[in-house]
Amino acid sequence: MSALLPDAEALIRELCDRIRPDLGPRSALVGIHTGGAWLAERLHRELGLATPLGILDVAFYRDDYARQGLARDPKRSDIPFAVEEQDIILVDDVLYTGRTVRAAINELFDYGRAARIALAVLADRGGRELPVSPTYCGARIPVPEGKRLRLVRGTEGRLALELHDAG
Amino acid sequence: MQANPQLNRNGELQHLLSLDGLPREIVLQILDTAESFASVTEREVKKVPLLRGKSVFNLFFEPSTRTRTTFEIAAKRLSADVINLNVSTSSQSKGESLLDTVANLSAMQADLFVVRHASSGAPFLIARHVKPHEHVVNAGDGRHAHPTQGLLDLFTIRHYKKDFSGLTVAIVGDILHSRVARSLIHGLRTLGVPEIRVIGPQTLQPPGVETLGVRVFSDMRAGLAQADVIVMLRLQNERMGGALLPSAQEFNKYYGLTAEKLALARPDAIVMHPGPMNRGVEIDSSVADGAQSVILPQVTFGIAVRMAVMSIIAGN
Repeated sequence: MSALLPDAEALIRELCDRIRPDLGPRSALVGIHTGGAWLAERLHRELGLATPLGILDVAFYRDDYARQGLARDPKRSDIPFAVEEQDIILVDDVLYTGRTVRAAINELFDYGRAARIALAVLADRGGRELPVSPTYCGARIPVPEGKRLRLVRGTEGRLALELHDAG
Repeated sequence: MQANPQLNRNGELQHLLSLDGLPREIVLQILDTAESFASVTEREVKKVPLLRGKSVFNLFFEPSTRTRTTFEIAAKRLSADVINLNVSTSSQSKGESLLDTVANLSAMQADLFVVRHASSGAPFLIARHVKPHEHVVNAGDGRHAHPTQGLLDLFTIRHYKKDFSGLTVAIVGDILHSRVARSLIHGLRTLGVPEIRVIGPQTLQPPGVETLGVRVFSDMRAGLAQADVIVMLRLQNERMGGALLPSAQEFNKYYGLTAEKLALARPDAIVMHPGPMNRGVEIDSSVADGAQSVILPQVTFGIAVRMAVMSIIAGN
């Protein structure tokens, strides 16, 4: 199955090429934990951004708390720069319902008022439940409900897309 | 009869009543979650929306400033609505029973009760009678337990010492009346601290305290030797019925933490105190305000720990 998926490393290079022309002195990257943080780390290095990388874990902002409770091991969100007036590129591995992105935008606002927030994703699998669309997208990979598309990190930090049954 | 009244059918935390019998994974889950909440309290907007629309009732049948305030701040930072009741001055003095008070608040759509009571076991009684969607947090019951204080103590120790294995923790003072000591001892045991010492005069040691897995010292100097963590307890004058102690001065001489006694512990030992402090009785000002004191960070960590507890139980 994985053989049919595009090569994540190639998608990352394409994504960098698309983001690079838009970068300015106020650009900053914020990755969404976990896969988005890995991807953001790579983009941050390849793009050579001066502003340090931010990480969000949106556990405290999820809209399914009332149904599912609190996620088991929420990581620390860490935004090591002033969000006020920055051009922020939010980074996630796979865009699906859009609910995680909604939560991330809400959390970002609690750090300050960004000048602009864009969204970069490696893969858009469809199935949106909110009016969210990516500014930068590596590939559109339609995935049926009940399957899970996610980013995995292998040896030497190599990133790859993986498809398996949700459970 | 359920084995552990704190857990629901799935083994998740439903109420926080005591650290006694609380599984290690749940203790660690609370500490890890609190770690993430600590970053929230450092931001511009120190609030998250988790408990939006929920009502938290602070039910204090016994006076408290710090604990009630930190619970209130924690609930507000989770976006809950907080209602403070000093019940000692209201219905109870008119003769209403504990369960009637709770039933009335429940009829006002309560989601979470934070309960402090002079009688050991009162929060357990309430937890047995609340509706399935209602949760109870014990904020101190009699001499029995003060689990969120125990958890914030564990959080503080982990923050400064990183790891519990190999630690020597000395708890000093009025062990007999201390729910803080009991909760902390259970928590330290659960997390595998190899050496827990309780230090105090015989009259302030609960009979059979060694069965909790601690070493008992009446000589403070011997007990402090090579300690990594020193937890000073407040001398609880208000709980002392008879003449358990000659005088506060006498207590200070033998069991007060002075700079000279602190030097017997490890050079990197931390000094903790649950507050409120009696300066010059159980702790000297030079120590309370000294470089090894982490007494004020404890208060700050207490907010993150209480945010973690409330958001975990309210979601289960």
